Amino acid sequence: MPPTLAAVLAVLTVVVILAVIHVPLGSWIHRVFTSPTHTRVERLIYRLTGVDPDAEQRWGVYAVSVLAFSGVSILLLWGLILAQPLLPFSQGRSMNVDTALNTAVSFVTNTNWQSYAGEAGAGYLLQALGLTVQNFVSAAVGLAVAIAVVRGLTREHTDRLGNFWVDLTRGTLRVLLPLSVIAAIALVACGVIQNLDEPVTITTIGGGTQVLQGGLVASQEAIKELGTNGGGFFNANSAYPFENPNGVSNLIEIVLMLAIPSALPYSYGLMVKDRRQGATIAAVMAVLGFGAMAALTALEVAGGSLEGKEQRFGTAWSAIFASATTSTSTGAVNAMHESLQPLSGGVALLNMMLGELSPGGVGTGLYSMLVMVVLAVFVAGLMVGRTPELLGKSIGRREITLAALAMLITPTLVLLGTGTALLVPTSRHAMLASGPHGLSEMLYAFTSAANNNGSAFAGLSADQPFLNLALAACMLFGRFVPIVAMLALAGGLSRQGRRPVTAGTMPTHSASFAGFLLAIILVVAGLTYFPSLALGPIAEALS
Amino acid sequence: MSVFRQALAGLRMLLVMTVVLGIGYPAVVTLAAQTFPTQAHGSQLVAADGRVVGSALLGQSFAGPQWFQPRPSASDYSGQTSGGSNLSPVSADQQQARRQRLDALRQANPDAVGPVPEDALTASASGLDPDISVAYARWQVPRVAAARGVPAAELEAMIAAATEPAALGYLGQDGVNVTRLNLALSGRE
Repeated sequence: MPPTLAAVLAVLTVVVILAVIHVPLGSWIHRVFTSPTHTRVERLIYRLTGVDPDAEQRWGVYAVSVLAFSGVSILLLWGLILAQPLLPFSQGRSMNVDTALNTAVSFVTNTNWQSYAGEAGAGYLLQALGLTVQNFVSAAVGLAVAIAVVRGLTREHTDRLGNFWVDLTRGTLRVLLPLSVIAAIALVACGVIQNLDEPVTITTIGGGTQVLQGGLVASQEAIKELGTNGGGFFNANSAYPFENPNGVSNLIEIVLMLAIPSALPYSYGLMVKDRRQGATIAAVMAVLGFGAMAALTALEVAGGSLEGKEQRFGTAWSAIFASATTSTSTGAVNAMHESLQPLSGGVALLNMMLGELSPGGVGTGLYSMLVMVVLAVFVAGLMVGRTPELLGKSIGRREITLAALAMLITPTLVLLGTGTALLVPTSRHAMLASGPHGLSEMLYAFTSAANNNGSAFAGLSADQPFLNLALAACMLFGRFVPIVAMLALAGGLSRQGRRPVTAGTMPTHSASFAGFLLAIILVVAGLTYFPSLALGPIAEALS
Repeated sequence: MSVFRQALAGLRMLLVMTVVLGIGYPAVVTLAAQTFPTQAHGSQLVAADGRVVGSALLGQSFAGPQWFQPRPSASDYSGQTSGGSNLSPVSADQQQARRQRLDALRQANPDAVGPVPEDALTASASGLDPDISVAYARWQVPRVAAARGVPAAELEAMIAAATEPAALGYLGQDGVNVTRLNLALSGRE
């Protein structure tokens, strides 16, 4: 098969699979979060945790629950990592205090930036009890927040957004867990390992030695992709054959990353009882996501380089993975992003810089897109002189302030962080490359952290106290400032009544609004980041 | 509800979730994985004498002209660490590395026919890539045939047997599994 045809077929395969699962998965998620009944297991969990599942929360309480759960998670995970030397099944692996903090923040914020190497830093016990658990619950937190934000849009004259503990539990047990079990078993069938065998040193065929690694990899791999987490069991992540052994496992992993974020707009349409609203968002996500995927694939196939790529995947499937992982806030890699062509590295950066909304992370993608919808409605309202409205709710000063805060926090972190790190000698010396590629390395690190992606231009030696702490701060603020702002926004909207649709109402489901939303996203990201992209990837491509 | 009570609920929730997701879930998957015991334990390769000599999924380092060579590796196939070179394909360092690999390959393969394939000149992402392109495997045939005194046709047949085609013809690309190929070579003796 000619390579161009194979690449086109490859992208189309991903498009078709996502289109097929869009409606069933979206409907299922909608049912999970609107069902009035609790399962027996869930009731048991609520009893054990002392939560009243039928008591709904105001936005402030919902936000405190998110922050409390995440805060406790960071502290306990940090403790678990530091306790590794004392615990069984740890294979003698350990991390420094600052590396451990960075890792704890990273996994709780659904970033999964790794300044440690799995083979040296994380033993089997930590990977299962700490990292796998956070892979689930950090994704479930994002999903819960997205659902709460949508409730704010759908409800009238109430200050209640739902119950965080119920949303967290349902998202975990009814959505993430069953899909992960199925995916994990499918991955084992492909060759992904799942065992508690200690690493062994063997004598190879040619008489040398090699360490054969073990571990509970498949169970972690499934939720790593499905929860748009991305933290690899091994340093080489999904390029490691034990994590991703062949073309079939590779396709499964790509679909897992994109499945929930791309289906959520359909759930949104069902929740607001207007499927066209969901279709508009899905269309914008698809144009941005598949556009980037096609561009990255074309660039890599044309470049033809196999540096940092696996033979079994080749250029096209490495590029598709790279685009899927950066447009979903996953950050898993099956090829080294630093060895991508200069402009494809730029596309990967741009995917993250858009704010992780094409289709973004589990839950985070939907609410990040809703931030842009609010901005688009406001700007369009100003342009045509109408009161900005979204689903009959007026977008006033409070709403636009909060949306702007949610939107501006990441570029602020990225640009200030990159600039600072380039000035500080300790971090400047951590760069592998110099010139434009060196800038891209640092820019990528802060873009990845602030947008909770987690992939890297891995030449950067990020495991040092300054970068560990600076990137941890970016992950924290990049995660929780938008969450709190969006919950506050939703809390305000839920109190409003719904204005009736009149001839003067600007529709938010038309093709023209979709085009306008697309333009707003590109203009905002473009104006914010173009100078840094010009100095990094674009300069490198031109030189 | 106060922040403290929320934190307490969070702590309890995390502990319950740790039992369900950190112990229950991996245990269920591990049990189910016993349906595929070979895969679950790393697709190990066993030599004629019963020794485990590697994994069919992992490349190995091979010294000497009598072995088919895998791709360049940033970690020399140690298995203790994994990863790539992280060099930009357009960087001077990468261009130099390619030139050095090209020169070394030309020198070691004076009878090889045709251009040196791309996968021979570039380090993989994992440093443990078990596969090379069919073109690179065939490119090495004259050297291995001379070093081992094996007819080229027989080596070509062994390459065909060690070739793992891409699923459906386009989910990835065809590769020759060098670890399996060399195991077959060593078993021939």
